[in-house]
Amino acid sequence: MIEMGDLTMAALAPGTRALVQSLEAKGLLRRRLLDLGLVPGTVVAAIGRSPAGDPTAYRIRGAVMALRMDVARQIRVLPIPDSAD
Amino acid sequence: MGRTNRPVGRKVSQDFYTIEQAGDAFVVALAGNPNTGKSTVFNALTGLKQHTGNWPGKTVIQSRGEYIHQGRRFMLVDLPGTYSLLASSPEEQTARDFLCFGQPTATVIVVDATCLERNLNLALQVMEITPRVIVCLNLIDEAQRKKIVINHQALENRLGVPVVLTAARSGEGLGQLKEEIALVAGGIIRPQPVPFRYPADIEQEIAKLDRLLPSTLPAGLNRRWVALRLLDGDQAMIDGLQKCWGNNVLRRETA
Repeated sequence: MIEMGDLTMAALAPGTRALVQSLEAKGLLRRRLLDLGLVPGTVVAAIGRSPAGDPTAYRIRGAVMALRMDVARQIRVLPIPDSAD
Repeated sequence: MGRTNRPVGRKVSQDFYTIEQAGDAFVVALAGNPNTGKSTVFNALTGLKQHTGNWPGKTVIQSRGEYIHQGRRFMLVDLPGTYSLLASSPEEQTARDFLCFGQPTATVIVVDATCLERNLNLALQVMEITPRVIVCLNLIDEAQRKKIVINHQALENRLGVPVVLTAARSGEGLGQLKEEIALVAGGIIRPQPVPFRYPADIEQEIAKLDRLLPSTLPAGLNRRWVALRLLDGDQAMIDGLQKCWGNNVLRRETA
């Protein structure tokens, strides 16, 4: 069954924005993501993908950082309709 | 591995939380995110009077250096660059342990002026451990290039601690930084970090724990910080406290 919020950061196309909903990650990785500002309610923007397709660069609270797909896949987001970065 | 270089003429304590200082040198910790120019600040202040080794028992590099300001000696301890004090990487543990148990007389938090929000995560955590903090807002030349304007006074008001603007690369602001460090380390300024309040249910638990903790904590540990870490179930912190306290108190309170 598809629920609202099944979108993860990994699926965000460059140029789109979304709202962080929850983290699937646990333990040390969860802590790291929280420390980077990926808390519920944070707006994230996908900026670009590397030529290999992974990782993807995201803007998170004013800082640009690259997240690998296996990490981005653990962050649930709600898409934001407009596509302004 | 795990042995620090011995500073000239001074014995380094086996207990790495305590850095023995001869005479009247003030021990000052230097904290901050990676890539904030922390090393530049460290090098600019200490010049050639530096020693590099390891934190005992760890592969984490420790740098210590000295400078003299208005006739007083200051020993600067460069903590590993970290985004936070809460994760359990060796770097974060080292930084946290030194701040908690090493009792520096002042802590400088180097913050990247072009990335303020992310850098404040660590700054706020440090301020939860100790009030004796100076925020060094570095890379202001970069910020100017990017047309980022910082409201210095507003930041000071919001944080409740001294904020010094620097461009360590060119030496700008370092004199002021040394002055603020001296004032805080010497107890002449007593910064009062604006307290950070958590949601009511967490504050209640903190209050409960505060009543249960022994009336005096070792090494001047911040009660609120200890309560928060116990609530977090932070094993590394619990172990560290156990070393200080012995087992009985901790087992009873965390049951």
